Amino acid sequence: MEIILSAAIGVLTASGVYLLLRPRTYQVIIGLSLLSYAVNLFIFSMGRLRVNTPPILEPGGVGDLSRYTDPVPQALVLTAIVIGFAMTALFLVVLLASRGFTGTDHVDGREQRSD
Amino acid sequence: MRGLGTQSPLSPREGNGTIEYAGKLLSVFILAPFAGSLIAIFFPSDQRGATAWFAGAIALLCFLVAAGLYPFVTSGGVLRYELAWMPELGLNFTLRMDGFAWLFTVLVTAIGVLVVLYARYYMAAEDPVPRFFALFLAFMGSMLGVVLSGNLILLAVFWELTSIVSFLLIGYWHHNAHARDGARMALTMTGMGGLCMLVGLLIMGRIVGSYDLDVVLASGDTIRNHPLYVTMLILILLGALTKSAQFPFHFWLPHAMAAPTPVSAYLHSATMVKAGVFLLVRFWPVMAGTEAWFWIVGLAGVTTLLLGAYFAIFQQDLKGLLAYSTISHLGLITVLLSLGSPLAAVAAVFHIVNHATFKASLFMAAGIIDHETGTRDMRKLGGLIRYMPGTAVLAMVASAAMAGVPLLNGFISKEMFFAEAIETHQANILDTITPYVATLAGMFAVTYSLRFIHSVFFGQTPSELPKIPHEPPRWMRAPIEFLVLACLVVGIIPAITIGPFLHTAVVSILGASTPQYSLAVWHGWNLPLVMSFVALLGGVGLYFLMRNYLATSTEGPPVFRLLHGQRIFERVLVTLSWKWARSLEQRLGTRRLQPQMRFLVFVAIVVGALPLLLNHFELPPLLVRGIDPAFALLWAIGIACAVGAAFQAKFHRLAALVLLGGAGLVTCITFVWLSAPDLAVTQLLVEIVTTVLILLGLRWLPKRIEDTQESELLSLRVRLRRLRDFLLAIVAGGGVALIAYTVMTRPMPETIASYFLERAYKEGGGTNVVNVILVDFRGFDTLGEIAVLAIVALTVFALLLRFRPQADSLEAPEQQQVQNAFDDDHPDRAEGDSVAEYLFVPSVIMRWMFPVSGMLAAYLFLRGHDLPGGGFAAGIAMSIGFILQYMSGGTRWVEERLRIHPLRWMGIGVIVAAATGIGSWLFGYPFLTSHAQYVTLPIVGKFPLASAIFFDLGVFSLVVGATVLILIALAHQSIRAPRAHARALRAGKEAK
Repeated sequence: MEIILSAAIGVLTASGVYLLLRPRTYQVIIGLSLLSYAVNLFIFSMGRLRVNTPPILEPGGVGDLSRYTDPVPQALVLTAIVIGFAMTALFLVVLLASRGFTGTDHVDGREQRSD
Repeated sequence: MRGLGTQSPLSPREGNGTIEYAGKLLSVFILAPFAGSLIAIFFPSDQRGATAWFAGAIALLCFLVAAGLYPFVTSGGVLRYELAWMPELGLNFTLRMDGFAWLFTVLVTAIGVLVVLYARYYMAAEDPVPRFFALFLAFMGSMLGVVLSGNLILLAVFWELTSIVSFLLIGYWHHNAHARDGARMALTMTGMGGLCMLVGLLIMGRIVGSYDLDVVLASGDTIRNHPLYVTMLILILLGALTKSAQFPFHFWLPHAMAAPTPVSAYLHSATMVKAGVFLLVRFWPVMAGTEAWFWIVGLAGVTTLLLGAYFAIFQQDLKGLLAYSTISHLGLITVLLSLGSPLAAVAAVFHIVNHATFKASLFMAAGIIDHETGTRDMRKLGGLIRYMPGTAVLAMVASAAMAGVPLLNGFISKEMFFAEAIETHQANILDTITPYVATLAGMFAVTYSLRFIHSVFFGQTPSELPKIPHEPPRWMRAPIEFLVLACLVVGIIPAITIGPFLHTAVVSILGASTPQYSLAVWHGWNLPLVMSFVALLGGVGLYFLMRNYLATSTEGPPVFRLLHGQRIFERVLVTLSWKWARSLEQRLGTRRLQPQMRFLVFVAIVVGALPLLLNHFELPPLLVRGIDPAFALLWAIGIACAVGAAFQAKFHRLAALVLLGGAGLVTCITFVWLSAPDLAVTQLLVEIVTTVLILLGLRWLPKRIEDTQESELLSLRVRLRRLRDFLLAIVAGGGVALIAYTVMTRPMPETIASYFLERAYKEGGGTNVVNVILVDFRGFDTLGEIAVLAIVALTVFALLLRFRPQADSLEAPEQQQVQNAFDDDHPDRAEGDSVAEYLFVPSVIMRWMFPVSGMLAAYLFLRGHDLPGGGFAAGIAMSIGFILQYMSGGTRWVEERLRIHPLRWMGIGVIVAAATGIGSWLFGYPFLTSHAQYVTLPIVGKFPLASAIFFDLGVFSLVVGATVLILIALAHQSIRAPRAHARALRAGKEAK
């Protein structure tokens, strides 16, 4: 399991980073989204991979790590997902506005040498 | 002065309580001026008198409190007031008043009162007076802070405050270029000195092991014998010498004369420049006496003393003369402090007080002359004694004190200075020449003082004065009268007027090593007296020799006049902050995003890899066992989606978006698989919203059609660049994968996880630990996060308000054009019918889904505390419900039927969440403490109701508002754009 998930994180990161270095704004926004999947999975995986142990307690119960998985990375990732959405939205609007103002979708706001 | 009679120490038992109470009074010196400053700024600008009364009352209050505290600081007593600030870092808001601080406090507040009275008449009706008095009070507060700080860091803070406020005061007439330049120069010099001093004080704190002034003052030997002593000394001296305008940092002070005269009178007599020498005296017991101290302080002091006096002779501007004289007198104090002898320190403190008195009155007199004649140029002035005899007499006495004429206060401290200059302190050349330099400087002082009087009040009355001079208003002169009286009284009977106070101050600095000294006018015929006479006669002679030259010469001393401190300063500044910075920027900077991103990725890789390499990182064994084939297949799809998205993002945006969604879904399934149901729910919902969002944006991007020919013609450079980026991406991905794998295969260390697992139900009242963490344990974080979400939504909204699409995106999408053309061709159809009928069945279903999605949101919300769900997920589910309506019916159709007010949703969300937090205050608990119990409602059944649910309700409401606001704002562009398009077409037709 670990090896698959880490390979997956690696590929998501690599795709994201490659797109981040591209000249078109749309490429960058897709790259950022891929990168945020990678980062979310990475942070989540810091709590180790466990199957069938969601951090949902029995009513009245006291939990411990042998029966339940680590809830802290999950709490961190949960807000990261929502904030990631907000960031995507903001970046999308910035790129639209930039395209409206400059007439190009190049990240520098003007065409460079062909790339 | 109240309390003078009660010099006997209080009895210990009754003393403790009283001392504690008196210590608390110290905060008045900080609170009153700063609070007063805030209030003064709100006075109407035509209320000159009222503002002055107010500022004067504050200054007087501080003065009276200081006077009342006198019994507590006599015979080495110290008052303290301490507020814990960051005690674990040794940082406390400590105020400390000993005899010396008391003397300075009285000086600052008393002269403050007089300057306010003077400024009341000096400031013109058109000046923004409330701003003046607000700044004045703020400055007084900062200066009192410097004087009373009992903590080194606090001292540095107030020190910088004096620099900043003096910048604002010097630049008060900001329409005047000289004022702006002078203010900027003062700030640059004193600010940079202050930074050096901060570093020096930090080193000092490190050496001593405490930032507390009392501890520091008790560790003189530790400081002087420490290997870092010289470094620390130089840094602290940089602060003190720049502030006190000592050579070679003296040049800012004359330029600061562009300030209104009350400011000059205050800053350059009792405050600002005295802060430097204050610091020297403050740390004199722990830093002085070494060779390094003697040379650095002594050299700066001797040079400043002589050059300042020499330059003062050649000034044509009255205030310029006083400025250089101030520099020279500060040099004198610095020389005294450099000597390292207790007797010299006594003389230094005494001269600080004397100089403040006569220099303040002289600045005020110069201001009156300027005010009543319209000029400060000594070449144009003359014979004013006939018009303003009262002012003339006062100015004469004050400048006689400045020259060191017997029976005035300046004479006594100058005699003490001469006596110390003769003494041998260290056998070296600097010590040997000091008496000669002292006499020469004394001579120059006589010359410029005489010049001040003679050229202004005597000689012929000039004809071309801008105004007919006359005496100033009664109360404008009163401060000068008071100060001059003080000069006289102290000069004649020093021992019974200033004597006790000076003694108190000196004892607090020198403690047991306080020397025997006598304050008297007459010490018999001795060498200092001879030196005084030589200086007096020589000075008078020099003046009459140079009189004719000075009457017509240009500003500044010969030869030196060519050496403009200001020009050098400006050139250095321009070179540093403009030329060098620009060439660096040209060489290293770029405005292009891609190289910057590349650099960032590169740095991230290096920073990530370096610690691993340095610590001999070993690869963990690769474990292939235990792989679930289904999971492997899942991620085979996920990886294919991610790579596909990366390749399609340039030419096939929609395909890339679909593939991105695929990768997102696989991520979502992974969360389900690996025991994170909450994440899965949220991820799924966010995935939907993100896809809708980007779909809405796609239409405004330019068409990009892959040119097969072009791709074959790609230059080698482009190919190389892509290869490099590809390699960077591979390295980055590989590195992250490696780290992730290594961490995952190691056993879990002890974490805070068990804390949350144990307490989630017991204290948070919920079984869903993730949700309890979000809304309870880490509620404050969540509050911050929803605030971020709100800000982003508002930013998106604001950006889109001014959105202007590119012309090629203005036309309706191709599909709509085809559909509308079809309607046009059929006479029985109105335009837009096909668009409305398109996907009719799905859109009806979507409409029906609205209550269902609302229900789903409510369900997710209510179960959130115990089972997967919660405010975030519910909020997004609700907003999807709204968005579905927009998608099915179109923007207009929805908004005719249902007005959603996303801004209100957001506002209510923030208020509810914050109010829940504040609510716990009502019950005496800290912010965001929650209370939990179960509630049974008919139909719904039993569900958990913690007070955190209201917080979660706020989260829900805000998430709904923010998401809907973003999406609707984007969707509205499609309505606005055709309108703009039609307008453009109409305008085109009319033009034809």
